[in-house]
Amino acid sequence: MMRGLSAGSIPHLPRGVRLHHDMIRNTHVLLAPERAFDLDTVALEVLMLVDGRRSIREIASDLAARYDADRSVIEADVIDMLNSLVDRRILGALSPGSDQKP
Amino acid sequence: MSDALNDALTPIGLLAELTHRCPLRCPYCSNPVELERRSSELDTATWCRVLSEAAALGVLHVHLSGGEPTARSDIETITAHCAKVGLYSNLITSGIGIALEKLRGLVEAGLDHVQLSIQAADAARADSIAHLKGAHDQKLAFARHVIELDLPLTINAVIHRGNIDSVSDILDLAVSLGAKRVEIAHTQYYGWAFVNRAALMPTRAEVDRSIALVEAAREQLQGRIVIDLVVPDYYAKYPKACAGGWGRRLMNVSPSGKVLPCHAAETIPGLTFWSVHDHSLADIWARSPAFEAFRGTAWMQEPCRSCERRERDWGGCRCQALALTGNAASTDPACHLSPHHSLIQTLAAAESAAPSPTPIYRGFGASAGRQHIGETA
Repeated sequence: MMRGLSAGSIPHLPRGVRLHHDMIRNTHVLLAPERAFDLDTVALEVLMLVDGRRSIREIASDLAARYDADRSVIEADVIDMLNSLVDRRILGALSPGSDQKP
Repeated sequence: MSDALNDALTPIGLLAELTHRCPLRCPYCSNPVELERRSSELDTATWCRVLSEAAALGVLHVHLSGGEPTARSDIETITAHCAKVGLYSNLITSGIGIALEKLRGLVEAGLDHVQLSIQAADAARADSIAHLKGAHDQKLAFARHVIELDLPLTINAVIHRGNIDSVSDILDLAVSLGAKRVEIAHTQYYGWAFVNRAALMPTRAEVDRSIALVEAAREQLQGRIVIDLVVPDYYAKYPKACAGGWGRRLMNVSPSGKVLPCHAAETIPGLTFWSVHDHSLADIWARSPAFEAFRGTAWMQEPCRSCERRERDWGGCRCQALALTGNAASTDPACHLSPHHSLIQTLAAAESAAPSPTPIYRGFGASAGRQHIGETA
């Protein structure tokens, strides 16, 4: 099983994982099996762009344009963050040139 | 990351025990020995109201449990209501009987996740533990259907002396079924499991081997399956923060509507449990005497009171403290600082070394179970 997303990977939230606006605590959370992750602003911005269509490269470009930041730095951070979700089995991705889902 | 989910002002999880009816008769069941009967179960409208109140209170996850939750004829309606009010629904099921037939309807109702119990990796042993012939094969068929429907699957295996040598096979089975998570949950001795403790208690050597195996497997299987390990209290050094701390994170609604801080709380005498028939969940969370009884740290005795871990493990489990020391406010004897810690180590060593007695299988009509508790407590 491959770990390791690349810039060309297209991430998606699998069934059973979803963003939830917690109005009681005034925060956004990622709901997953037996887990709820409290999201900071950066994580939320990234996950709102995870739609099963955009690649990580496109997500990073979007963020870089919005925040006037270096795309390659953002891209590395996004890959790190999303890899940690893949390890927890709460993110799926199509890899470049493959239809395999991690 | 912020800490909004740890503020303890509102619960994050609701264990909805929809029914105590269950086709399986596992001797490690943590349901109370006196099971609640069908005639006392909450009706559909009341469950829907309770779920709406839970969402409004800040609950995120609802665990549809029991007993076997699919034994309720309104399980689809209840699941759909979870989705409607934004609750994440988790079906905790045996996968037996009607469960398979109902699965597609539950997916259509918006079910988010399935946790399926298995008793062992091979059918003969699994069926003997569950006391139901053919159970294991039904479970495997159920698991395959969950995956076909693209639902995330967690396999839960309760570990005891009757299956502790097959932890590795259980992990392999979970991977081959396509589960994303597997829980290797050493038996916690409440309800039926407490009655059957001597029949369930593994030796320390077996426990150490199984834990080492899980730790190695975790690394090997990273990215394929997440392994959650529930370590056994009787061989622990520190206690668990039961339910994340009394009245801090979890509410448990019994089939008849009693609201408990944890599913075993009724074993503690003198606590007053409020019912959803008489009070809203918000009211119960804020003011119910049972939730207030052991919330925070003011109730603690030494060594908990001055312990630097007191807001980490919250004194451990009140029900276990009561069952083993006779006092629900004493330190959970799972803690090595408890004056009773050597007692449970001695108990565990003696019980695991002796031949396994015949277990009492879970069922309605609890007189045999009660006599047995009298002998062991």
